[in-house]
Amino acid sequence: MSDLDALYQELVLDHGRRPRNFGRLEHPNRQAAGHNPVCGDQLQLYVDVGDDGVVRDVKFEGKGCAISTASASLLTQAIKGRTLAEIESIFQAFHETVTGRAQPDEERLGKLAVFQGVSRFPTRVKCASLCWHTLMAALKGADAPVSTE
Amino acid sequence: MTFDVERVRADFPILGESYRGKPLIYLDNAATTQKPRAVIDAVSSYYETSNANVHRALYWLGARATDAFEGARVKVKRFLNAASEREVIFVRGATEAINLVAHSFARPRLQPGDEILVSHMEHHSNIVPWQLAAQAAGAAVRPIPITDAGDIDLDAYAAMLGPRTRMVAVVHVSNALGTINPVEEIARLARERGVPVLLDGAQATAHVAVDVQRLGCDFYAFSGHKLYGPTGIGVLWGRERWLREMPPYHGGGDMIREVKFSGTTFADLPNKFEAGTPDIAGAVGLGAAVDYVTALGFEAIAAHEEALTDYALERLRTVPGFQRVGEPRRRGPVISFALGDVHPHDVATVLDMEGVAIRAGHHCAQPVLDRFGLPATARASFAIYNTRAEIDALVAALHKVVELFGR
Repeated sequence: MSDLDALYQELVLDHGRRPRNFGRLEHPNRQAAGHNPVCGDQLQLYVDVGDDGVVRDVKFEGKGCAISTASASLLTQAIKGRTLAEIESIFQAFHETVTGRAQPDEERLGKLAVFQGVSRFPTRVKCASLCWHTLMAALKGADAPVSTE
Repeated sequence: MTFDVERVRADFPILGESYRGKPLIYLDNAATTQKPRAVIDAVSSYYETSNANVHRALYWLGARATDAFEGARVKVKRFLNAASEREVIFVRGATEAINLVAHSFARPRLQPGDEILVSHMEHHSNIVPWQLAAQAAGAAVRPIPITDAGDIDLDAYAAMLGPRTRMVAVVHVSNALGTINPVEEIARLARERGVPVLLDGAQATAHVAVDVQRLGCDFYAFSGHKLYGPTGIGVLWGRERWLREMPPYHGGGDMIREVKFSGTTFADLPNKFEAGTPDIAGAVGLGAAVDYVTALGFEAIAAHEEALTDYALERLRTVPGFQRVGEPRRRGPVISFALGDVHPHDVATVLDMEGVAIRAGHHCAQPVLDRFGLPATARASFAIYNTRAEIDALVAALHKVVELFGR
């Protein structure tokens, strides 16, 4: 598989074109905005966390490239029904994968392993990680918008 | 002189580079241009044969360095048709030149309620320095509207010029749209009302002949690295009567006449604005770049680049979803575009895999992209060494983008 095909796998193209959980949550109890000033990408993440600390629902909206849109879309699927501790563990595995520091931990990542191809494109790592940094800010209740810079 | 692009290409060593087996196709010239052998050699030859600090060394090598540095200033003076070398200030680039004027010229003249006019298509470097100066004085920066085609609305501009206008700052050639602005007309309208004009020439000097007398402006700013010269060197040209009135921008060595704790007097022009050891090698390299483009001739350069841009537009129209951003009356060799729903960053990544380097993003000109309702565009910008074959490669790579994202 060429580097380009590894980056833009069918799953990424599909979620880039038809993002899942796209839109607004009626009553989120956590939310955060992310911004990549290099490309102008904007992202809003809405999360509903239950009293037991489990993510009950999550949606996102915004404009971005195929990588950042697909990443946010797959993120929403990956974190539903998970606790903060589980999400942190997934994020760590994701980060190590897209930065090329480790082989993807398929068990923790599931479908997110598809972003392994990003590691060959250092300029695109921020596209894939923006939604994750935004999610962490939302879950930890940070007020300031997240920036990749 | 006929323009032989293959001979020009042979002057640029970097064009022989390749990556992953694909030759470099460099179409990001509005960001920075590549350097001809003559510039690279001038810089290394300066360090090999002439390096010393300028202006005060009492030995032969210092005189040689000073001659090289001041010789570059004379070349720039001729290049811009400045009245004297005293009007040519070496700075780090167009950004520093504009900051210098905003700080030393505009700011002391601004009163609360005063206005600075900039166009809606400015690069951030011709917006933010004015905002800083205006904020400090309680003045305002107002954007001159542009049309859907990407031209400055001259009627709106004329109507905005008023008793509170203290400064007009406009880009000569737009980096985001390619528009060549009618800067003579813009300067004339301001001059009739006694308003000084700064032109940001960062994108202009590589493509059009610049004659500051004919343009009728008060300040002209440009960067060496967009003119086939080194990074880190640029020029502020200003009318001598303004430069004399202006307080220094930076304090330090080389810009003084006499320093006492009871008070310091400043050096004459241009040294008053050149505190500290300047980028001597950079200035020498810029002088070589000026010689290089002058030898090619702007008529030949413009003919080559216009033909190339026309050809590119004609070919790009064959790419499904290609949509040009801005269709100005006069344009430089810059094409900003959207490609259907494909994000410009995805376009740039696919092109990069084909060896084609373009830019994707907001081009440090967010207000103009907001004007067109776009967070980002892809941009191809051409220079003297680009060829039709490279345009063909760009078009072929864009077809690959369509294929990948359209399926």
